[in-house]
Amino acid sequence: MTHHVEPRKVYFGIFAALMVLTALTVLVAMFDLGRFNIVVALSIACAKAFLVVMFFMHLRFAKPLTQVMVAGGLLWLVILLSGTITDYISRGWLGIVPGW
Amino acid sequence: MSTVSEPIAGTKVHYLNADYGIKSWLLTTDHKRIALLYLAGITFFFFIGGAFAVLMRLELVTPQGDMMQPETYNKMFTMHGVMMIFFFLIPSIPAVLGNFLVPMMIGARDLAFPKINLLSWYIAMIGGAFTLYAVVAGGVDTGWTFYTPYSSTYSNTHVIATAVGVFISGFSSILTGLNFIVTIHKMRAPGMTWFRLPLFIWAHYATSIIQVLGTPVVAITILLVGLERGFNIGIFDPELGGDPILFQHLFWFYSHPAVYIMILPGMGVISELVTCFARKKIFGYAFVAGSSVAIAVLGFLVWGHHMFVSGQSVYSGMVFSVLSFLVAIPSAIKVFNWTATLYKGSIVYMTPMLYAFGFIGLFTIGGLTGLFLATLAVDVHVHDTYFVVAHFHYIMVGGAIMAYLGGIHYWWPKISGKLYPEGWARLSAGILFIGFNLTFFPQFILGYLGMPRRYHAYPEEFQVLNVMSSAGASILGVGYLIPMIYLVWSMRYGRPSPPNPWGSAGLEWKTPSPPPTFNFDKTPVITEDPYIYSHDEEVEVG
Repeated sequence: MTHHVEPRKVYFGIFAALMVLTALTVLVAMFDLGRFNIVVALSIACAKAFLVVMFFMHLRFAKPLTQVMVAGGLLWLVILLSGTITDYISRGWLGIVPGW
Repeated sequence: MSTVSEPIAGTKVHYLNADYGIKSWLLTTDHKRIALLYLAGITFFFFIGGAFAVLMRLELVTPQGDMMQPETYNKMFTMHGVMMIFFFLIPSIPAVLGNFLVPMMIGARDLAFPKINLLSWYIAMIGGAFTLYAVVAGGVDTGWTFYTPYSSTYSNTHVIATAVGVFISGFSSILTGLNFIVTIHKMRAPGMTWFRLPLFIWAHYATSIIQVLGTPVVAITILLVGLERGFNIGIFDPELGGDPILFQHLFWFYSHPAVYIMILPGMGVISELVTCFARKKIFGYAFVAGSSVAIAVLGFLVWGHHMFVSGQSVYSGMVFSVLSFLVAIPSAIKVFNWTATLYKGSIVYMTPMLYAFGFIGLFTIGGLTGLFLATLAVDVHVHDTYFVVAHFHYIMVGGAIMAYLGGIHYWWPKISGKLYPEGWARLSAGILFIGFNLTFFPQFILGYLGMPRRYHAYPEEFQVLNVMSSAGASILGVGYLIPMIYLVWSMRYGRPSPPNPWGSAGLEWKTPSPPPTFNFDKTPVITEDPYIYSHDEEVEVG
C-alpha cells in the first residue's frame, strides 16, 4: 500500500487554521457568554483537535483499522463524560443540599 | 532476506546463553529476556509491598495501637497498596508471562516493537525508583487511591514523589498494551486466525485495550492532583472551587478497569492450565474468548460502584449498580466453562493445576462477594469495612496471584529449561491456599461485624479474628518464600526439562525449551484449532 503524502500547502493551511482558532479562543474569552463560555471554548478546542488528528496525524488517509482504534478512543471519552455528567445532572434531584 | 543467524532447533543455543554479560541483558530487545527483567523487578517490588503488609498484620495482632503511630499505619497501608497494585499486580502477568509468551503463542519472532518493549521496562523501573524514594524519604499516607482534597491540599507526606512514580509507570503499561495490540493484529503466523488464537492471547488483547484506553485517564488525573497541590489550581478542592467527587470519577474510571488488568490475564492463564491438565478442548471457546472482551468493555461502565457513599447522585448509583451486576455474567461464563471443561477430563493434579483449582474457587468467592458490594443498600453497610478488603484480596491475591504462580510453574520449564521440584511445589501451593483463606476469610466476618478498614486499633471483640488473619498472613508469607527459593534453585540444580513436559498442545511448546532467540527456526503454519488434546497423551514428568 502506498503511503499518502499531503502537499505542503495543506500543512501550512492547517497550521494557519489552528492559529486563527487559537486567536478566536483568546478573543471569545474577552466576552462573557454566560453558560456558553465553556461550550464555545470546548467547541473550538475540539475543532483544533479534529484538524490535528485528521491532517497532522494522517488519520484521514489511514487504514480502517487505525480509524476504528481512534473511534474507540473517542467512544471511551464519551463513556467517561456521560457517566460523570449523569452524576452531576441528577445530584440535586433528591433536594438534599451537600454538606460542604 | 534476513541476514540474522538463527539458532537451529536441537542445538543448545537458546535465548539464555545466546549472549552473556550484564550489557546483553540491559540492552536486550528479546521479549523473553525483557520478561525476565520484569520478573526480577516486580518480584523486588512484591517483597517491598509484602513487608508493609507484614508490619500491618503485626500491628493488628493486638487491639491497641501499640506498635506504631496511627500516622505510620496510614503510611503502611498506602505504600502496601501503591507497591502491590501499580508495581506488582498490574505488570505481573502481562509484562512477565505475556511478554514471554505472546509472540510464541501466535508464531512470531518477537513483539512488534522490541525497543519500545525494553523502554517500557526502563520506564517501569524509573517509576518504581521514584516511589521507592518516597518510601525511603518518609512515605505517603493518602491511601493508594490518592483521594482529594486530602492528597492535593492537606497531606504533608511525599504525595508528589509517589504520584510522579505512578504517573511514569503508567506509560510503561500503555506501551506494553500498545505492543501487544499491534503484535496480535499484525504478526500472527499464517493460519493463526482470530478463532485459533489461544485464550491466553484473547485475554491479553482485552487487557491491552484497557491499558491503552484507561491508563491515560489516571495519568492526567494524577497530574491534576499535582497541579492543585503545587499551584493551588482549583480542580478537586471545594475551597478552591473544585469538586472532590470529580477526582473519584476520573480515578475510578481507570482504577476499576485496572482490576481487570490484573485478573483478565490470570483468566487467560487458567484457560491454558485447565485444558492442558484436563487433557480436553476448552468448553465453549468462543464464549470464553468473547467474555474477555465483554469484561474489558463492561469493566469501563461500572466505576461508580466505588462511590455509592461518596456524595454521588443516588440515581447515578442505581445505574452503576445495575451495570456492575452485568459484569458478573462474562465472569461467570468463564467459571462455568472451565468447570464444564473439567467434566469427563483426564485430570492431572500437577502443581499448575492445583493453582488453577485455587483460582477458580477463590475467584468465585471474590466475585460473588463483589455482587454484595454492587448492591446499593448492602454497600452502605459494608463500605470501607474489612468486607471490602477481603473481597478485593480474594480477587487480586486469590485470583491474580494464584494464576500468576500457576502460570510461572506451568511455563517454568519453557522459561528456564529446568524442572522445578514437584513435591515442594505442591506443598507450597497447599500452604498458600490455607494461608490465604486463613488471612482473608476472617476479614469478611470482621467487615460484616462493622470493623472499618485503615485503622491501627480496634475494639477487643475483634481480636480473635484479627489474630487468625495475622497467623494466616505468616503462613502465606512462608508459602511465597518456598517457590522463590526452589525456582531459583532449579535454575542451577533442577533436572533438564524435555521440550514439552506437560504434553501441551500449545504452539509455544512446539519450540525447544528454553527457546532460541527468535523462537522458531521457520515461521510455523497453523492448520488446526487450539487445545486439540487426546486422553491418551500423558504428562511426561511427575
